[in-house]
Amino acid sequence: MFITPQGKEIFVVDGHTHFWDGSPENQKNIHGKQFIECFYAYHTGLSPKEQLWEKSKFEKYSADDLYRDLFVNGPDDVAIVQSTYLKDFYKNGFNTIERNAEVAKRYPERFIVNGAFDPRDGEKALEYIHFLKETYDVKGVKMYTAEWNGASKGWKLTDPDAYKCFELCDKLGIRNIHVHKGPTIIPLSKDAFDVHDVDHAATDFQNLNWIVEHCGLPRLDDFCWIATQETNVYGGLAVALPFIHSRPRYFGEVIAELLFWIGPEKILFGSDYAIWTPRWLVEKFWAYQIPEDIAAERGVQLTDEIKEKILGLNAARLYNIDIDAKKKALAGSPFSIAAE
Amino acid sequence: MGAVRIPSRRQAELWRRLAEVNDPELDEPITEMGFVERAQMASDGSVEIDFRLPTYWCSPNFAFLMLDGVRRALDQLSWSPAYRVKLHDHMFADEVNRGMEAGKTFGDIFAQLAEDQDLGALRDTFRMKAFKRRQEAVLRGFRQHGLTDREILGMDLPAYDVARFEAGEAANQKPRYRAALLERFADRQADDPVFVTWEGQSIPVGALSAHLAELRGVRVNMEFNGALCRGLKQTRYKELDVVEGEPTLVDFIMDRVPARAAPTA
Repeated sequence: MFITPQGKEIFVVDGHTHFWDGSPENQKNIHGKQFIECFYAYHTGLSPKEQLWEKSKFEKYSADDLYRDLFVNGPDDVAIVQSTYLKDFYKNGFNTIERNAEVAKRYPERFIVNGAFDPRDGEKALEYIHFLKETYDVKGVKMYTAEWNGASKGWKLTDPDAYKCFELCDKLGIRNIHVHKGPTIIPLSKDAFDVHDVDHAATDFQNLNWIVEHCGLPRLDDFCWIATQETNVYGGLAVALPFIHSRPRYFGEVIAELLFWIGPEKILFGSDYAIWTPRWLVEKFWAYQIPEDIAAERGVQLTDEIKEKILGLNAARLYNIDIDAKKKALAGSPFSIAAE
Repeated sequence: MGAVRIPSRRQAELWRRLAEVNDPELDEPITEMGFVERAQMASDGSVEIDFRLPTYWCSPNFAFLMLDGVRRALDQLSWSPAYRVKLHDHMFADEVNRGMEAGKTFGDIFAQLAEDQDLGALRDTFRMKAFKRRQEAVLRGFRQHGLTDREILGMDLPAYDVARFEAGEAANQKPRYRAALLERFADRQADDPVFVTWEGQSIPVGALSAHLAELRGVRVNMEFNGALCRGLKQTRYKELDVVEGEPTLVDFIMDRVPARAAPTA
């Protein structure tokens, strides 16, 4: 719960969080080392100085760190914890659903645990989706199209094997497909951040919600165009939001574009914890105003009502969270974590 | 005396040539982004370049385009030196370094991974983005300067050349836009309007705001990458400092050398 300076309670759903193990002990090879180092560079590159973590803590933090940063010191009511396996890089995976489900078990009301699968596994991927539904009753999955798998260095949402998986997701009611568009490697000769496969997949799977993490940046224009055409495409603010600190005017341009093109109903807050912690992000977001000239040029405003939608109401709608019922449930399940 | 000056003159020429190579995706000089970690000239005039990108994961095609640009820049040096260019800490560093040394094309190096045999289309896309980003900065500069949209859109090259901006983004981009315009429309007439679309269409006076909004979208994307790259690159340098114990010259230049804490014992 975030309390505004005026005393209003804002329900916060953090759409993008992780509980990973990127420690040297778990790294399988140089790629694993470089992957967590890249995350750490994002962390140090865009966080306010007073929010910086030691590298060793960043590589592997505890469950108590997570609870404290999200729900005790942080404003999150509910956190969606995403799974990213990266088994080619990490011995036990980076953040598998087993690891995530374990951390969520202590406070089930607080977490939505999303699964992940790799369509390149073919039949096994389909079996795994059944397993995810039966074992964890997942409502969403995280797709990481830049993931390596043996000789393959990436895949597309429109690959035939991927379509079979999405058909099954649709059938089983796994409705929320979070798509992380990392710098894909293949084909090497093309622009590496192409988001057009989202367009086709979203058209072909109207029952599914496609949440494009970090709004397709650095292809914001393509993303906005797609999200404007497709009613079932959403933008996650993870990675875009931290610019609010280091380059606030630039953040204003991004959020103005999003509001102009896709509107306030389709933008979702996400901290990308533990790359960033939600408290400072939410505080700065609530206090933020788009610079006047940018707002005037695009004819948009970032009002309190819109901020409230972005911070929680939009995600609550996608994940069928009954906010009043959820607030009651949360009030009845206090925290017990080790004191600092 | 003259002989003594040659190395420093050559050193300056070397950096000037390197500064002409842009990160294709960001349209910013690789020297300003800090990607050229070392450019050393030996006593026999031969040159060694160490090149490092912000992350291990930077797209190999972009890495190749930059290194190819470096190769071309070195080929233009007045004393035609032997040179060696090395890419560090990149997932495809070995492949790229071996290929560059053998003078291979991108298609040769990544025969299996690259679908197309050349990067021509990608280069064109980046040329278009650079054209638009530069144009936006200058257009906004003229608007801020108080010119009307009609005056701006009626401007020809002689008028453009006499205009002056105070130091800032518009001033930086003005000569760069000029270069992009002349490259794009080599057979344009001197009195043709300076501001046209990438396709060569004139921009109606009433449409300048909409045109600028489109250009803004292009810049927002490029700036996202630029800001991330700068942040990531800086972090990589910091880590290098820790590994080697002492800050490098770059850290002093960039004012990144932290004050040392006094010993507490």
